[in-house]
Amino acid sequence: MTTVQSTPWAAFRPGLWQNEIDVRDFIQQNIEPYDGDDSFLAPATDRTKMLWDRLNQLFLKEREQGVLDISPIPSSITAHGPGYIDKDNEIIVGLQTEAPLKRAIMPNGGLRMVLNALKAYGYEPDPHVAEAFTKYRKTHNDAVFDAYTADIRRCRSSHILTGLPDAYGRGRIIGDYRRVALYGVARLIEIKKREKDALDAEMSTDSIIRDREELAEQIRALGELAQMASSYGFDITVPAANARQAVQWLYFGYLAAVKEQNGAAMSLGRTSSFLDIYFQRDLAAGLLTESQAQEIIDDFVIKLRIVRFLRSPEYDELFAGDPTWVTESIGGMGDDGRPLVTRTSFRFLQTLYNLGPAPEPNLTIWYSPRLPEGFRRFTAKVAIDTSSIQFENDEIMRRSWGDDGAIACCVSPMLVGKQMQFFGARANIAKLLLYAINGGRDEVSGKQIGPREQPAQGEVLIFDDVIARFERMMDWLAGVYVNAMNVIHYMHDKYAYERVEMALHDYAPLRTMAFGMAGLSVAADSLSAIRHAKVTPVRNESGLITDYITEGEYPQFGNNDNQVDQLATWIVSTFMKKLRKYPTYRNALHTQSVLTITSNVVYGKATGNTPDGRRLGEPFAPGANPMYGREKHGLHASAASVAKIPYRDAADGISLTATLVPQSLGRVSEDRIENLTSILDAFFSATGYHMNVNVLNRETLLDAMEHPENYPHLTIRVSGYAVNFVRLTREQQLDVIRRTFHSAG
Amino acid sequence: MSQRVNLEAPTPYELRTGQGIHVSEQEVQAALVSGDLGFFHSFTTGSTLDGPGVRIVAWLTGCQFKCLYCHNPDTWKMTNGIPVPLARAVSELRKYRHGLNAMRGGLTISGGEPLMQHKFVCRLFEAAKQLGIHTALDTNGALGHRLTDEQLRLADLVLLDIKSWTPERHQRLVSAPVEPVLDFARRLAAASRPMWLRYVFVPGHSDDYDDIARIAEFARSLGSVQRVDVLPFHQMGGFKWKELGMAYALANVEPPHPSATERACQIFRAAGLKAL
Repeated sequence: MTTVQSTPWAAFRPGLWQNEIDVRDFIQQNIEPYDGDDSFLAPATDRTKMLWDRLNQLFLKEREQGVLDISPIPSSITAHGPGYIDKDNEIIVGLQTEAPLKRAIMPNGGLRMVLNALKAYGYEPDPHVAEAFTKYRKTHNDAVFDAYTADIRRCRSSHILTGLPDAYGRGRIIGDYRRVALYGVARLIEIKKREKDALDAEMSTDSIIRDREELAEQIRALGELAQMASSYGFDITVPAANARQAVQWLYFGYLAAVKEQNGAAMSLGRTSSFLDIYFQRDLAAGLLTESQAQEIIDDFVIKLRIVRFLRSPEYDELFAGDPTWVTESIGGMGDDGRPLVTRTSFRFLQTLYNLGPAPEPNLTIWYSPRLPEGFRRFTAKVAIDTSSIQFENDEIMRRSWGDDGAIACCVSPMLVGKQMQFFGARANIAKLLLYAINGGRDEVSGKQIGPREQPAQGEVLIFDDVIARFERMMDWLAGVYVNAMNVIHYMHDKYAYERVEMALHDYAPLRTMAFGMAGLSVAADSLSAIRHAKVTPVRNESGLITDYITEGEYPQFGNNDNQVDQLATWIVSTFMKKLRKYPTYRNALHTQSVLTITSNVVYGKATGNTPDGRRLGEPFAPGANPMYGREKHGLHASAASVAKIPYRDAADGISLTATLVPQSLGRVSEDRIENLTSILDAFFSATGYHMNVNVLNRETLLDAMEHPENYPHLTIRVSGYAVNFVRLTREQQLDVIRRTFHSAG
Repeated sequence: MSQRVNLEAPTPYELRTGQGIHVSEQEVQAALVSGDLGFFHSFTTGSTLDGPGVRIVAWLTGCQFKCLYCHNPDTWKMTNGIPVPLARAVSELRKYRHGLNAMRGGLTISGGEPLMQHKFVCRLFEAAKQLGIHTALDTNGALGHRLTDEQLRLADLVLLDIKSWTPERHQRLVSAPVEPVLDFARRLAAASRPMWLRYVFVPGHSDDYDDIARIAEFARSLGSVQRVDVLPFHQMGGFKWKELGMAYALANVEPPHPSATERACQIFRAAGLKAL
């Protein structure tokens, strides 16, 4: 389709990026910000439609069976030969296995998860594989349980710590896949060798030995990456020489990562404006038309939409809808005040029209009120039309981390190639409050899980007493939590190291350890009830407090009322303070998120009656959302409460999901775009961190529950992520429908 | 009066009664004279349907009209509302001022008929303007004479409901004459005050296109009408009539077909007005 430039870097403006690995500098020197509107965009070509239709047939079959097919070969970068959807009609090539949607097994993370998943879908494991990963090769999962303490195991089985990545890949690491396109693999290997050689001068301590071994693995992985690309007929040891190659090279880098790791979130990074530099160069040279440019992006996005991992049904209960979190960060401002919005930022969003709405890739707008108006309005339009994108505060993230960051998973910001995180799921903070009241006993099982204390005494709960207990219980849980995380990540590095992803990082990147909490609004409202209303505990025959009688009214989170909002911020900041007291593996920086994705349902299920009036088993609100039906004054008030949670104590992100009926944004389409843009401007010029925007009718969702066949692509945003509605469990569907819809006043 | 004032209501469609029942007649009268206290049905934020931008809307109680299609009949009696001191209303409003400005919105006072409590409305608008917040008054206009020329300027925008052009129909629909409404419109126009007209389109009751054409002609002649909202009748307030034990004449009326309201919009557009 296109020819190449005379040399890979022809017509690029020179800079420091030529001498060292510095993708940000390449972008800064060469970016052409675009401040126009969406009128230049091209529709899908017939080729794109045909290819996508072909996959749509496979999706139907996949949904019916749960999985389309499973490859018995343990995956690695080179384990599977080349695969195609339709070889002659693909512009960007490469699949995880030899066939589309055929899932690979990755036993390094844990054999148990693989065996459970195979069993669930009626597949027999290859006995040699099972033997190899029990007899000869230890998995991450086995290793973690060798080193877990009794305390950690108790917390895990009583669901106070849930979703820990101890049986599956941790994910949330973003390789700088742009490096593959800009520098070619040979140069990257050369740099890594230099980094490793430099360590020869260092004494062989634990950490230096580990670094040397990791670098050796990284170099090996880069070699395998080049080998995998060559099986598709491409030599990626040299830099990409046109836009199509740049996308292809970058994709090969990403593909190697998803062949090697079944990480919880396998995010892409911040690629669109980087790629735009190649597109602009080819368009200027007459090598490409707009339609061809869009076609390349459409084809790339098709590949990102069919990334699959083999996961067990228990995992799906936690994170529903088969998520892969191929998060792409779009937009944002540069440190110098220029917007990093380009035509290719628009082209990525255009895929939601050309291919229809979809949860993947998880398109994430780095929003600032300073972004060009044409772009802001287009993002609002896309959100209204597709409910498939999310927004995060570029101002806050840039101030904290810099202007070349990307979101991993849902809300976790990190500098691309310079920072990684140790993912840590979350603690159930609402349940912890119940432990505090019950002297460390579990309110459901009655077992002693936390440190033994005398439970709360007397007729009525006293606020000061409960707060003191809560702090002590936080101290304990923070310790167990850091302990667990240190073990998990020590073992993950050792037994399931992300070789190729880390090969696309600088040496010694900044590491964060990302803790998290669920049930914030339940805990805050419960404390508010104890302080402002009368809460009488109900004890069973063994003295265990299993219920609460709450009389009188109390301020509830989500109404912009400081009487309770300050309790929410107190919980977040206090728990963070406790976590910071404990040392982390590899001296990682402690961070925390207030995020649940769809797991708010499972956490709620495992949590007894709470003093705010919530009943046993009832779902929590997702992320940092106020509880259902308690936000009484509309979106502005509810968002204002959430925006008070201080980012410095939740630097891994604070998630808010807003669900609106279309009429509530205005009477006509033009007004709706205008008003949603205004809402985003206001939220992100204040301290709002993240907003999922769903623009849907409740009736649509109810109809989709009854007639899923009519809604194969109905996409909705849940906390930090988008899912295909018809792929949620019925319980999760009901939870989504119960959630607050901000309706027309 | 209780210390903690609770203003909660998720939507104006929630039924609220007896919230101010403990306030004596004397106190109500004193409040109406001083404007120190307002009676609120509820308030909400994030509204895009009550004036320009994204707004905070306060619904006050008390109304002298008895519209057949009212969706908030629980706002008719002033003592169904919660008494809220002016200072508290202002401090609540202050929390939202930056957001309201960023969203090119403001404060809309609706009801009920807000001018039943015109002293309170004026004082709240004065405070809003001091905070730099745009103000809009959503009114049936019949009590417009209560406002001085100076007070008219406290509302940056008036959302004026005209229910019907024909006096008999107006009387039948709302149990009040139309002339004071039109007088207020003329007075606003003479003072060049910006207006949005609102017209509720009810099948079988206010769907006479000739009547609508007369309103359109009148609106054009005013010269300061910036926009006309044709609001399709809905049944979301229907349950309130039942629960309040009031006879609801429109129980069997269906919302209009979009093409019918679109035709009404076209009549306004033909008169050179922006109509939605």
